[in-house]
Amino acid sequence: MNQDYTQNLSAQVEAAYADGRPLRIQGGASKTWLGRTVAGDSLDVTSHRGILSYEPTELVLTARAGTPLAAIETALATSGQWLAFEPPHFDAGVHRGATLGGTIACGLSGPSRPYAGAARDFVLGVRIINGKGEVLRFGGEVMKNVAGYDLSRLMAGAQGTLGVLLEVSLKVLPRPAAELTLALELTASEAIRHFNAWAGQPLPLSAACHDGERAYVRLAGGEAAVKAARVKLGGEEIGDGAALWTRLRELSHDFFQDPTRLWRLSLPPTAPLDEALGHQFIDWGGGQRWAHSEQPLWSMARAAGGHATRYRRQPSDLATGQEGGQADGQEGGRQDGQVFQPLVPGMLALHRRLKAALDPRGILNPGRLYQEL
Amino acid sequence: MATTNPSLGAMSPSLSARRADLVAGLLAILPETHVLHEAEDLHPYECDGLSAYRQMPLAVALPGKIEEVQAILRLCHRLEVPVVPRGAGTGLSGGALPQTDGLLLSLARLKSILHIDPLARTARVQPGVRNLAISEAARPHGLYYAPDPSSQIACTIGGNVAENAGGVHCLKYGLTVHNLLKLEVVTMEGERLIIGGDALDAPGYDLLALMTGSEGLLGVVVEITVRLLPLPERAQVLLAAYDDIGLAGAAVGAIIAAGIIPAGLEMMDNTAIRAAEAFVHASYPVEAAAILLCELDGANEEVSQQIMWVRQILLDSGATEVRTARDEAERLLFWKGRKAAFPAVGRLSPDYYCMDGTIPRRRLPEVLGRIAEMSRAYGLPVANVFHAGDGNLHPLILYDANRPGELEKTEELGGKILELCVAVGGTITGEHGVGMEKIDQMCVQFQPLELAQFHAVKAAFDPARLLNPAKAVPTLHRCAEFGAMHVHGGHLKFPDLPRF
Repeated sequence: MNQDYTQNLSAQVEAAYADGRPLRIQGGASKTWLGRTVAGDSLDVTSHRGILSYEPTELVLTARAGTPLAAIETALATSGQWLAFEPPHFDAGVHRGATLGGTIACGLSGPSRPYAGAARDFVLGVRIINGKGEVLRFGGEVMKNVAGYDLSRLMAGAQGTLGVLLEVSLKVLPRPAAELTLALELTASEAIRHFNAWAGQPLPLSAACHDGERAYVRLAGGEAAVKAARVKLGGEEIGDGAALWTRLRELSHDFFQDPTRLWRLSLPPTAPLDEALGHQFIDWGGGQRWAHSEQPLWSMARAAGGHATRYRRQPSDLATGQEGGQADGQEGGRQDGQVFQPLVPGMLALHRRLKAALDPRGILNPGRLYQEL
Repeated sequence: MATTNPSLGAMSPSLSARRADLVAGLLAILPETHVLHEAEDLHPYECDGLSAYRQMPLAVALPGKIEEVQAILRLCHRLEVPVVPRGAGTGLSGGALPQTDGLLLSLARLKSILHIDPLARTARVQPGVRNLAISEAARPHGLYYAPDPSSQIACTIGGNVAENAGGVHCLKYGLTVHNLLKLEVVTMEGERLIIGGDALDAPGYDLLALMTGSEGLLGVVVEITVRLLPLPERAQVLLAAYDDIGLAGAAVGAIIAAGIIPAGLEMMDNTAIRAAEAFVHASYPVEAAAILLCELDGANEEVSQQIMWVRQILLDSGATEVRTARDEAERLLFWKGRKAAFPAVGRLSPDYYCMDGTIPRRRLPEVLGRIAEMSRAYGLPVANVFHAGDGNLHPLILYDANRPGELEKTEELGGKILELCVAVGGTITGEHGVGMEKIDQMCVQFQPLELAQFHAVKAAFDPARLLNPAKAVPTLHRCAEFGAMHVHGGHLKFPDLPRF
């Protein structure tokens, strides 16, 4: 079950490098839709799995990239710890399920992100295969490490285009002792203002969203601190708070029922509400906003000081619970258009040079993020 | 290795010609007062905080505008003159050591705090702004900038970005890389790039992470937007004394196992305790083998609760004494001893050499034991100051540079200590950077293929390899020589020394 496939995987990449043959890196197929369709031979990393070390008192876990995210979360929970960036799984009904490698490669973070940090903030080290088939290690298993360029955090969000993740070391944290969710009667604009003001005060905030109707704030920390903040913020404690944040994290909340026109906007958290976008779900204390639109939102997002991502899932990408079909990620309809915010020319040129530095023949997930990469 | 510079008069004709071209070009960009090229003006720039390494640059440029930085870099690119960027020059790894054939680019005049946005909790600043000045400017809004390297009264934020600086609060609040939103960078070709943004993430690769800690090799940072955090409602510190350093190490693990992440968790050994006590009179227990300082911050109620828990954990872990600072004045006094530990140890001997390894915390007793053995073998005392929460160890080697050969012996011991850190699963630098100082130990930490990958990344940003060359990442040739030296250890400078 837990096996080291380093040699097998690096040999496959080395051979593909020799032939100049593109590879489509394949994890649990839970986030295949979150990027452009890659044409290439499958490089399946899911067999390369297993937790390699976990020392709760060192706050560090190292696991192979194919390890199921759920297995890691279970192991941490036995020591009262968790991945504080609350990564989305996006794998309801996907028969293989999210892996650690896919989670870090996509660099996704859940509702706690503005307060706890992002996936990349918790990456301490990686082992990768670069585009020549070389096995390289960057970073390590310690909290502070400034030896060499930070190529480990660079892998977060690169979606495998700079290297195939083999192992990831993450900083883990104790799960807060107390947690509660308050519902507050605020308009979306009021909520944005309040979320930002509260974040500037010493309150144990751990999530803040607005569903278009009312605001929800999660408090997490020591019992005494949570109690004191609860009194300070007012509102009403809701019973199923944890379920709300899970539905938001997994985009399974009712708001996300029509995923074919879904957009994610990452904006400065204080950006005013853009009424023209209609009904929006605001997360990350104002920093992440979800909207539906037929039209691309690139220029709107840029004008607001942020960027947009097309979060378009075809109905066939969604939970089917069926074996096959979804698994190889190619059945959900090709996605050839722009998924991520276009880069300004100077940045795109730099991205291409950086890609070439790690993957000289452009064989790792080519075109996945941008057509030119 | 320490290098003395040939006097400017003894410069080779080709180097003199290069200097003339460079100075003429600089004078077309900058007013005369901001171009230094006379020996007496260059001297203050011949080293950074690692004063054992000194070299004179061809010239120093002091731009005051981003456009000037661009023009200077374009000029140097055209003339193929290497450029070493410099902030306050407080770095401890020789990252701002000039090149004898290059320009030293000081960012010290770019020192404006451009904007503080209290609602968004951000500060947009120029690179020459001092670390502490950001927190001072944010304080009226109830905010502060979290990373606090011990040099924070002098070091600049631009240098902090270049080194990915840490401090005593890293375990809870992160390093520089965790507290940045946006950088404006000028490439060696003079192109301006925005990296990161005002949102919590940016499209494309995480160049913000790559740029942070890149030691001025990838680009010159000319503007920085940092995240500000709310000042904690309350901070409280405990001081625990131990008669066994291993017990102190175990106590750190016990605190974290209890689910508590202290704001700061520091350890000092007996030599460091005595030095600090003699220097600042913090009432440290001078007989203790080790002391732990544990700071807890947050909501008032939470801190009260945690103080009681941690006090009990410390007592249960074998502390001979546990004190809680009675008031803010005593809290600051407890910290004063720690923050002054380097200069305090510096008073014990004519010179000291500060190391910066990180180790998995559980290996601490073993590592300290080995350091003590090596210290005896080399006849050089070592004091240890330890960011215990995050495993970052600062052994301070005491030596006298006026004794012939002692600096070389010190550097060799330092190198051995760093190699020990790598051997136990740690790293050669936690927060000071590689610079010039640890360049040989990079060959121990990384394999040739990994170093080659670093060089390829460098070339993606700076194909002409003119930005701070010769720092941070060794050439494979240099590693081959270093490796050969290791193999033939018996032929080293101190053949009579025992080897480990």
